Amino acid sequence: MKYLADIGGYAIMVVEVFKKPTKWRIMRTLILKEIDELIFGSLGIIIFISFFIGAVVAIQTALNLTSELIPKNLIGFATRQSIILEFAPTFVSIIMAGKVGSYITSSIGTMRVTEQIDALEVMGVNALNYLVFPKIIAMLFYPFAIAIAMYVGIFGGWLAGVFGGFLTSADFVEGLTMEFIPFHVTYAFIKTLIFSFIIATIPSFHGFYMRGGALEVGKASTTAFVWTSVVIIITNYILTQLLLG
Amino acid sequence: MIEVNNIHKSFGEAHILKGISTVFDTGKTNLIIGQSGSGKTVFLKCLLGLFSPEEGSIVYDGQKYSELSGDEQRDLRQDMGMVFQGSALFDGMTVAGNVMFPLEMFTKLAKSEMEDRVDIVLKRVNLVDAHMKYPSEISGGMQKRVAIARAIVMNPQYLFCDEPNSGLDPKTAILIDNLIQEITEEYNITTVINTHDMNSVMEIGEKIIFLKDGLKEWEGTKHEIFKTDNQAVTNFVYSSELFKKVRQMYIEERN
Repeated sequence: MKYLADIGGYAIMVVEVFKKPTKWRIMRTLILKEIDELIFGSLGIIIFISFFIGAVVAIQTALNLTSELIPKNLIGFATRQSIILEFAPTFVSIIMAGKVGSYITSSIGTMRVTEQIDALEVMGVNALNYLVFPKIIAMLFYPFAIAIAMYVGIFGGWLAGVFGGFLTSADFVEGLTMEFIPFHVTYAFIKTLIFSFIIATIPSFHGFYMRGGALEVGKASTTAFVWTSVVIIITNYILTQLLLG
Repeated sequence: MIEVNNIHKSFGEAHILKGISTVFDTGKTNLIIGQSGSGKTVFLKCLLGLFSPEEGSIVYDGQKYSELSGDEQRDLRQDMGMVFQGSALFDGMTVAGNVMFPLEMFTKLAKSEMEDRVDIVLKRVNLVDAHMKYPSEISGGMQKRVAIARAIVMNPQYLFCDEPNSGLDPKTAILIDNLIQEITEEYNITTVINTHDMNSVMEIGEKIIFLKDGLKEWEGTKHEIFKTDNQAVTNFVYSSELFKKVRQMYIEERN
């Protein structure tokens, strides 16, 4: 029953976010601040993770190719497919659910605990629009971060494959370009865009409607991470079935 | 003037407000007092429109809040200033940014006009050199003064304060109390203060409402509160040694 109430509450929140918009002059500043915080502030960890995930995927693929009949360029092919289809959009999004999601929940939750949200509401400000809308817009730039993750992941795979002595650079590049389906990139970006909305709104919901003190802010951040991850994984399955199935 | 008519508010099984009626006059400092758990904060949040009472009505100068549309309620809220217990200043903004915030949100004033208005109200609350400081860089008393400045910058008709001097030393607390009273008279606004500080009652209590278990137990002025025979009020007022002595002196003086 509580879950149903939460789903209903979340839906109402999403509608409220788009009502009574804040002045554009103020909103613009808020959006730029959120882009800096949520996107640019996450690039470091995204690049770091993507690089090593790409490298690990390449090494593991190479180590599993024991038959001489399988061409080495499959390492490049497998790296590309894994990174573009899953690791960059989904794996990085789950990391972002932790990094960005907990930041969103704790910052909004702290504002709730310290009555700053009450202060906004008393003034007549639509607090949901003021706090959540800039985050949703900022997260529209998230696909650019995922594009970087794709490049860096594949670069990590190339570096580990070639300098690890598993295959030549030419083999890797040949695998990369082999049977390339452009829609796979489109599919990845569609997923990313939907995940970006999930990452912006579910943690906001948990922060905005939390009650209690500092301890509850921590609990809300954890709950937000769990639910954001669960929703990302379920949405990933549904989108994959719909777009590639 | 705010008229409160028989308001009830519950949270689940807990019946917090059990039918409170009163009138808060314009230009006066109205105090809501009572022990913790008596319903003071819920009552104040009902007055602010943050909680909707299940029964009864709150009328702000002829406008019944529950009959207003969502937009009209938000417009009315722009006539309300609120000083929160913990000041509720926006951490990421400077003192000037906090005070300017309502002006930026709701007026079309030029930047220079807003800055002038901010200067005026910050001077009014005796804060002249703190414009560029962040809330974390100033003392609790200064934070309260910034909160008051933010609450009055839009020239509100109603000012609400939730325990405005909690956590402050007695001298600063008196300064804050006096500042609120001066502003109430100067701007001719309806001020409602939620407190359990008896010093505030003695200093600025032009009208006092005593709440007990969600009901209005007693209503009067700061002069009347020391003479009342209401047992619940006397138990609350004379709970400290200092006020017991004050009462003793009063009785001796009367005899």
